[in-house]
Amino acid sequence: MQSGPLNWLSQVAAITKFGLLSIPQRRGAVAATICGTAGVVTVFIGVLSIAAGFRRVMASSGAPDAAIVLRSGADSEMVSGFGREETRLIADAPGLARNARGPLVSAELFVIINLPKRSTGTDANVPLRGVEGAAAEVREQLKIVSGRMFEPGKNEVIVGAGAAREFAGLDVGAVVKVGRESWPVVGIYTANGGLAESEMWTDAKVLQAAYQRGDSFQSVYARLASPGAFDQFKDALTTNPRLNVKVQRVSDYYAEQSTMLASLITGLGVLIAALMAVGAVFGALNTMYSAVAARTREIATLRALGFGRGAVVLALMVESLVLALGGGAIGALAAYAVFNNFTAATMNWQSFSQVTFAFAVTPALLVQGVIWATLIGLIGGLLPAVRAARLPIASALREL
Amino acid sequence: MSQPQSNGSPLVRIDGVEKYFQRGAEKIHVLAELNLTVAPGEFLALMGPSGSGKSTLLNLIGGLDRPTKGTVTVAGERIDQLSDRQLADWRARHIGFVFQLYNLIPVLNAERNVELPLLLTHLTGAQRAKHVAAALALVGLSHRAKHFPRTMSGGEQQRVGIARGIVTDPTLLLCDEPTGDLDRKAGDEILDLLGALNREQGKTIVMVTHDPHASARASRTVHLFKGQITSEAVK
Repeated sequence: MQSGPLNWLSQVAAITKFGLLSIPQRRGAVAATICGTAGVVTVFIGVLSIAAGFRRVMASSGAPDAAIVLRSGADSEMVSGFGREETRLIADAPGLARNARGPLVSAELFVIINLPKRSTGTDANVPLRGVEGAAAEVREQLKIVSGRMFEPGKNEVIVGAGAAREFAGLDVGAVVKVGRESWPVVGIYTANGGLAESEMWTDAKVLQAAYQRGDSFQSVYARLASPGAFDQFKDALTTNPRLNVKVQRVSDYYAEQSTMLASLITGLGVLIAALMAVGAVFGALNTMYSAVAARTREIATLRALGFGRGAVVLALMVESLVLALGGGAIGALAAYAVFNNFTAATMNWQSFSQVTFAFAVTPALLVQGVIWATLIGLIGGLLPAVRAARLPIASALREL
Repeated sequence: MSQPQSNGSPLVRIDGVEKYFQRGAEKIHVLAELNLTVAPGEFLALMGPSGSGKSTLLNLIGGLDRPTKGTVTVAGERIDQLSDRQLADWRARHIGFVFQLYNLIPVLNAERNVELPLLLTHLTGAQRAKHVAAALALVGLSHRAKHFPRTMSGGEQQRVGIARGIVTDPTLLLCDEPTGDLDRKAGDEILDLLGALNREQGKTIVMVTHDPHASARASRTVHLFKGQITSEAVK
């Protein structure tokens, strides 16, 4: 008979097997660990799916060949402003896509109106955007899913699918009353899940008149001839002495807009998950300490028979890891079932208006959740495993 | 099962062994200047009251503990100088243990319990199964191979414990109060079995007991008191 390193793995496998087989005898503590880890992973993935969903909305808001022009120094459309003459100069710039009616450009303005949320009945800010005729072509993803497009020159609005879902009174045929004006809802549109779905649109001229904005706009959205035409378009505008503008790809603009909120949610999510993880680690520690206590004589017997100290440590770590990963898998599944595509609306602080979005439980988040579970398992298993390995064999053999 | 080869030199040699524990400033002597040899094929009983040091002596012979002073040589190897890892390997190769409380793994059936020490060898699954079947047959429990410890009597559990102790054909079988948790009838059966292993298989056995009835089965009995050998009786 001879023993050797080849058998080390079979030692680990054997001890792990005994540990896992004895779980029914320790089901209370084991269930606590699994539930604790599952809770951490669910909360972690749940909270971060908010940020991921919010980012996804912002990221799907701009095709690579879409550009936005703001006044130089403006961080958002809220603080930007153009006169008619400037928007004409922008529309004349090279690099723009065209159709039979001219360049695909939409000079836009927006105001914020208050509407009651369906969920709470409380008022929240909804952007009402005034757009020009080419707006739908500038945003090629825009699709009317119910009703029709508004008619230019009329007090009509079309409503994004997200806004229609979150706010009351935005169904086709309904009339939105803001101040002295009435705005019949004539259509519902989607925009590939992008930010535009949180808005309401009307004719820019009508909105200018209703809000006494004269002939002013806040931004110009443009469709480029190709994604590569961006630099040509940007250079033409920024070197034009008659213009003082900032040009960004729409996707970059929205990514910038979402940074603050997404970072806040991510920070909070990690903080909450970290605090919960501390609790879960203690749960895992308790389970594994009780496992070691319940199996003191068993572990000592195996050591007496010749099983190695390292094999005992590793086997207990593996057991702890298996439990934590079990909890992690349950937590990830629960998070996916509960949070994925759960719709909500929140304030985008850069535009002071509501953004509707769906929570996104992404594969990356699921992997991160499993990593958290792994850490909980490893930390929770280490100390009890070391303790088990240090048991004095001779006295532990007689433990009852 | 192989017969030990006797060339006149002892299988176990304990030379000038001392063992004490430190409790604060106090030194508690468990064994003091102890010398002992065990010949191959011998059935030795270590007797003495609680605290006499008999279990500590057994642990030293079995490589579960180290002496504070002195040497322990088993089968020609100084085991008091081995590292923890070397001792674990050494135990797997040379020692079979039989415990008072059987120390079976409750979630494993009889044959899986007996197989445990074989997991430390390079034997294939089929070879292990053959050894397990032979060991269970030797202790008369072939028909209980698939039974779990909780469904067995104390005597049967101890037979499984003995089968586990001998399945690797160890150099030395160490028994710590093997009948201490059994009634007289079951205890007698276990002692019969140990006696047969010694006589018919040539197993060298060192058994700790405080039961004169048990020690009567041994070929030699050593009495300990306060860590020292006080008398020896050869049958």
